[in-house]
This record gives sequence, C-alpha cells and structure tokens, in this order.
Amino acid sequence: MKLKKNIATSEEGFVFNPGTGDSFSTNPIGAEIISLLKEDTELHVIIEKICDKYDVNEVQFGKDLDDFISQLTESCILENN
Amino acid sequence: MNIKIGKSDNYFKKQLVVAVTALNAVDSPGPGVAVIRAIRECPDFEVRIIGLSYESLEPGSYMHDLVDKTYQIPYPSAGTDALLGRLMYIHEREKIDLIIPNFDSELFNFIKLRDKLAQSGIHTFLPDLEKFEARDKVKLFEFGKKHGLMVPEDKIIHEAKDLKATAEKIGYPMVVKGKFYDAIIVNTLEQAQKAFYKIQAKWGLPIIVQEFINGTEINVAALGDGEGNAISVIPMRKLYITDKGKAWSGITIDDSSYIELARKFIKVTKWRGGCELEIMQSDDGKSYIMEVNPRFPAWIYLTAAAGQNQPASLVKMAMGQKVEPFTEYEVGKIFIRYAWDLITDVSEFQKISGTGEL
Repeated sequence: MKLKKNIATSEEGFVFNPGTGDSFSTNPIGAEIISLLKEDTELHVIIEKICDKYDVNEVQFGKDLDDFISQLTESCILENN
Repeated sequence: MNIKIGKSDNYFKKQLVVAVTALNAVDSPGPGVAVIRAIRECPDFEVRIIGLSYESLEPGSYMHDLVDKTYQIPYPSAGTDALLGRLMYIHEREKIDLIIPNFDSELFNFIKLRDKLAQSGIHTFLPDLEKFEARDKVKLFEFGKKHGLMVPEDKIIHEAKDLKATAEKIGYPMVVKGKFYDAIIVNTLEQAQKAFYKIQAKWGLPIIVQEFINGTEINVAALGDGEGNAISVIPMRKLYITDKGKAWSGITIDDSSYIELARKFIKVTKWRGGCELEIMQSDDGKSYIMEVNPRFPAWIYLTAAAGQNQPASLVKMAMGQKVEPFTEYEVGKIFIRYAWDLITDVSEFQKISGTGEL
C-alpha cells in the first residue's frame, strides 16, 4: 500500500492531492499512519507499531485501519495496485 | 574612485499604452481587472492602462491605481463602425499600442477590426475569425468530432417545441445553454421549457441543449502564439462555486492530461491569444471539453501568481516579442475572490456618465 508520489502531507495531518486539488485533514493517529505509508511501511508493520505505542486492541485497530485505507483509496491518495 | 556606468533596462523601458475591456466586477465578473493586475505586475515593461467600459458603474473605471483613464465605448450591437470611430477618438488622445478585449460578445467586432486597427498602429492578439467561430458553443460538437476532442453531444434549437425530440435523443438530465452565457440543468420537459424561455429572453436564439456529463469540473487557462504553440497552460479546480456556476475560489492542480488537452486544442486551432477550456472529467475518467471561452477567464491573475503570467506574455507577443513556452508552475496556488465596497464621489460618476470619460 503506497501513497501516491506527489501527495503532499504535513505533520499536522493535512493531506493535499495536487492532481485533483482535493485536501483533507486527519487526526494525529491518521497523520502517523500516513507518515508510515509514505515510508512504504507494510500494513502489518503499521498495526504492530501503533499497537505497541498505544493502548489499542490489535483486531479493533486492524478494522479501523481497513476503514482508513478505504477512505484514502476513495480519495485517490493511494497508488493503484 | 571607481565609477561605472551600465545600461539599466528600467531607463530604456518604453511605456506601453494598453487598453483593456471588461472592467465589471459583479458576481460573474469580467476578466479586465485581473488582466490589468497581471500586466502591471510584470517588471519587463511600464504601462499606461486605458479602461474601455460599457457602463458607468463598472468598478474597474474607479480603480485609479489600476486604470489610468477610462473611456466608454459603444455596445457590441452598435457594430464595427461605431466601435472603430470611438477607438480612433481614444487613439488620437492616448496613442494606444495594444487593445486586449475580454468579453465574448465584443470579440467578433474586434477581430473584424483587427486589420484597420493595425493600420493605425494599434496591436491586438486575437484568433482568426474562422478559429473564433469554429469553437463557438453552437459548433463545438462538430469541432470536437473534426479534431478528435471529446465534446458532449448537443443540439442547436430555435424553438421550444424542439425540446421534446431533443430530450428523446439526448436524455435527461440535459443542459440548456445560452449562446453567450448561462446554463441550466433540467430533468423534465417543463423545466427545459422554462429554461429555454428564460435564456432566450436574456441572450436570444439559438439555444444549445447539451448532454449532461457528471464529474469534476476543471478549468484551464491557456495562451497560444498563433502558430500552434501553447505558451502557457494552467489547470485550475474550482473550490467554491457561486449559484451561477462561477469559481469564487480555485486551486492550481498538477494533471498532465488537462495540459495535453489544452496543447492539442491550441495546436489544431493555431489559437492566437488567451482562452479558457471548461473541462468535465467524467466519473469514468474521460475528459470532455464543455466549452471554449475565446478570451482570458476572470481568474486569470492566478496564472501570474502561479508563475506563468499569461496577460503579460500576451502583451509581449502582441508587441512582436518572441516568448518561450513556460514549463513550470506552482501547484496548490489558491485564489479566493472577495467583494470590496469601493467608495467614490458622485462627481466621478457624473463625469463618466456625462462625458463618457474618467
């Protein structure tokens, strides 16, 4: 799962797609995930990292991550596989 | 003491006298003020700006930091003789170097007068009449077919009774459009008839009925050199749209498909001057040309802000300078339009109303 190369992001969770002009805001966890995606981190590694860092159930977070990835896909933020 | 003397371009800059139309700034503003702003920002020349207005309350006429002097000109319906007479009167006083007309409805007259203006030393930078007419709304579908550009199917009608058969062919929803401005999306025959009469009353006949394309609307400002080269192309996505469908805010975007489309349009038409392509990217990713406006759009200052000053480049080319095509621009530049109450005195209003000059 890769972020499109030209997507601009900020530490505050602002995401800008220069191809469409769309911009989005995420919460701090979303920003952290986007930052990991930007480094081409695999999804299972993202789950491990977030669950190690925060008090969150791995299964629950996995579901939330799926939802988040779906939103990013719908918003054309991710590379098409 | 080491004293040097060098040529400074500033000392030798000739002041160009540039006349610009479309100084109105209502909720569907004319491009004139934005064109002037961009030209004034160019460090390569000094300008004296002559505003050409149609009405006494066009805001640009009162913006004395942008417009040095304004003259009223006759409405396009008065014809080319009346326009030429007035322009010659202004030229005697101002020694105009260049006229940049910015209204669709006046362009026909200015193109017709192009040679006569040139004989008097007034430059223009306009498309040929044939090219200007080929991209007209009423001919756009045929134009697209001829050049392999995707344009929604349409039908040109002169009577409301033709709406029914048109709807059967095109299907609802469809768009009812005026020959110059206005477009209304309709879903039933009753709505179509209402839209027909409303637009007919305002803009006359014919009426264009066009297939509705659902998708994302992108506008592209482009400048052609008249030899098939696109000197500048800037795509913009509308971020905020008024109830008239005009962009009140927009952002420059990075999508090479729109740039290629605009380049293709300029290449096949050998377009000379500024233009705006209204593109609809359908949900299945196809780019349709919805309209080609034969002049700069009202948001043209964004091109200067993004690094490709199209009005200033037009001035240079009109004055015979070779301009190389731009290759880069800033993506993510946003314009946000706003309304500002300009305060003036009745004496100014009286002056332009009474003498036609300000």
